[in-house]
Amino acid sequence: MAVADWLSPAEWQAVALSIRASFWATLVSLPFGVFVAYALARWSFAGKQLLNGLVHLPLILPPVVTGYLLLITFGRRGSVGQFLDQWFGIVFAFRWTGAALAAGIMAFPLMVRAIRLAIEAVDPRLEQAAGTLGAPRLWVFLTVTLPLCLPGIVAGSILAFAKAMGEFGATITFVSNIPGQTQTLPSAIYTFLQVPGGQEDAARLVAVAIGIAMGALLLSEWVGRAVARRIGGT
Amino acid sequence: MTLEVSLRHAFGDFTLDVAFTAPPGITALFGRSGSGKTSVVNAVAGLLRPDHGRITLDGQTLADTAQRIFLPPHRRRIGYVFQEGRLFPHLTVRQNLGYGAWFAPRAARREDMGRVVEMLGIGHLLDRRPGALSGGEKSRVTLGRALLSAPQIILADEPLAALDEARKAEILPYFERLRDEVAIPVLYVSHAAAEVARLATTMVVLDNGKMVAQGPTAAVMADPAALRSVGIREAAAVLPAVVAGAEDDGLTRLETATGPLFLPGIDAPPGTRLRVRILAHEVILSRARPAGLSAQNILPGIVTAVRPGDGPAVMVHLAIGGDEIVASITRRAAADLNLAPGDTAHAIVKSMSVARDHIAPAAMR
Repeated sequence: MAVADWLSPAEWQAVALSIRASFWATLVSLPFGVFVAYALARWSFAGKQLLNGLVHLPLILPPVVTGYLLLITFGRRGSVGQFLDQWFGIVFAFRWTGAALAAGIMAFPLMVRAIRLAIEAVDPRLEQAAGTLGAPRLWVFLTVTLPLCLPGIVAGSILAFAKAMGEFGATITFVSNIPGQTQTLPSAIYTFLQVPGGQEDAARLVAVAIGIAMGALLLSEWVGRAVARRIGGT
Repeated sequence: MTLEVSLRHAFGDFTLDVAFTAPPGITALFGRSGSGKTSVVNAVAGLLRPDHGRITLDGQTLADTAQRIFLPPHRRRIGYVFQEGRLFPHLTVRQNLGYGAWFAPRAARREDMGRVVEMLGIGHLLDRRPGALSGGEKSRVTLGRALLSAPQIILADEPLAALDEARKAEILPYFERLRDEVAIPVLYVSHAAAEVARLATTMVVLDNGKMVAQGPTAAVMADPAALRSVGIREAAAVLPAVVAGAEDDGLTRLETATGPLFLPGIDAPPGTRLRVRILAHEVILSRARPAGLSAQNILPGIVTAVRPGDGPAVMVHLAIGGDEIVASITRRAAADLNLAPGDTAHAIVKSMSVARDHIAPAAMR
């Protein structure tokens, strides 16, 4: 039996959709994540605690609540959803993009936490030194802060990707569980478990999920070590 | 190019209150740790925003609280040599050295990489990262990085404090070359008298945030009142001299304005200009030129001042040609000799009392 036959086309679809949604969720939220992490780590401003709370909210709210909030904001009738649809033709409701949005929001706190820790570990005296050498702030960030916290950014991204792959509650609430359209790996597993005798099919998807998670973890270890070698080495 | 600083800043109970002018050459900010030296340098760099004050560099205003001007560090064109180096760990030595040049105006790049690398002897380190450098190597790269950012002024905050004596001896000559070959002012923070005597052309003495003295190094070093406030008992003269040649017995003959000095342990070629730091309590005074004495160095001069010193001591200032030597003698001895300004006297210096680190190459200009 070839590897491709191991899962049915519908199951492959669910795996591919999960990877696609998680990939884009991670990539698009990364710049925001770095910005918010930098603001929380380095700036003091009014409303800092509010921002911090807001970022962490998806971590502590029941996922179904996050899904509900997404539905009434980004759904077809939601204010933001209508606006994006009319002006940019971007639709989230009952599309894979909605699954990506839900996964991105749910993974965001983990990403920000990892990157914030990495930025806080960068010695601000190095940033000062870059300033005295004539570098404007943005350049200091790009040439000193960013390279030095790269291991944290890599770790945060992979953590966010893994979290996005496993996102279930908010996704199913927001975009439902339509095979081929919004059915992700976790929702496919859930669907199998709803029918009698589905455990065996679910087990195969579970194995795939474990494989992807382990792969992501090993990749992050490897990249982290390579970057650390570059920074600290000879 | 001249730096003018006048500032007042409060940190809790501590108040910094200084006003001084730093001409080209090395100006030492001298004082105990905690006296506010680093804060002054940070204010010049733009890393500290003073409560009140004005800092100008060659007519350009870097900060002026009255006019609400405060240039950020990256627009001040300074070269800051940090005590801890602060090299970028993710960049090679070459990239560290080149970092400032990205941002320097093209016309201002006077130093080229090859010359600085050669001056500092760091050619073999260019492809390494800072993690693989020794303390002395890091110091030299830090200095080079500051020089190559095309600065209008160099700020050095105890650049040698973290180094052992051998490494200090390795770095000091580079600062001397900097003073003599690069025509920009250097603000040099230190609490080591020998280092300051060797390097500085001008001194500003700080104590507990206040300025105690400022002026040419030789004058401040000979002023016991200024030095006592910073906990230094050894007032000293800083005397310029020229190497005349080695003698058969291992001593070296130096010419001063009024006579020869014979000192041990100098391996500089004839013609080298040196600064000799002679501690005041090592100098004996005599009205008549003494005979039958073991001391080799007898310099005739004219008493310019007799000032009260520590306890039973007085400080006698003696003009030696255009230079000055100071002697710390007892009040009783001064009374016996009946010394008064205008009198002639001879300063007697034991050859062996001038330590090797008290002799340093002088500025060429």
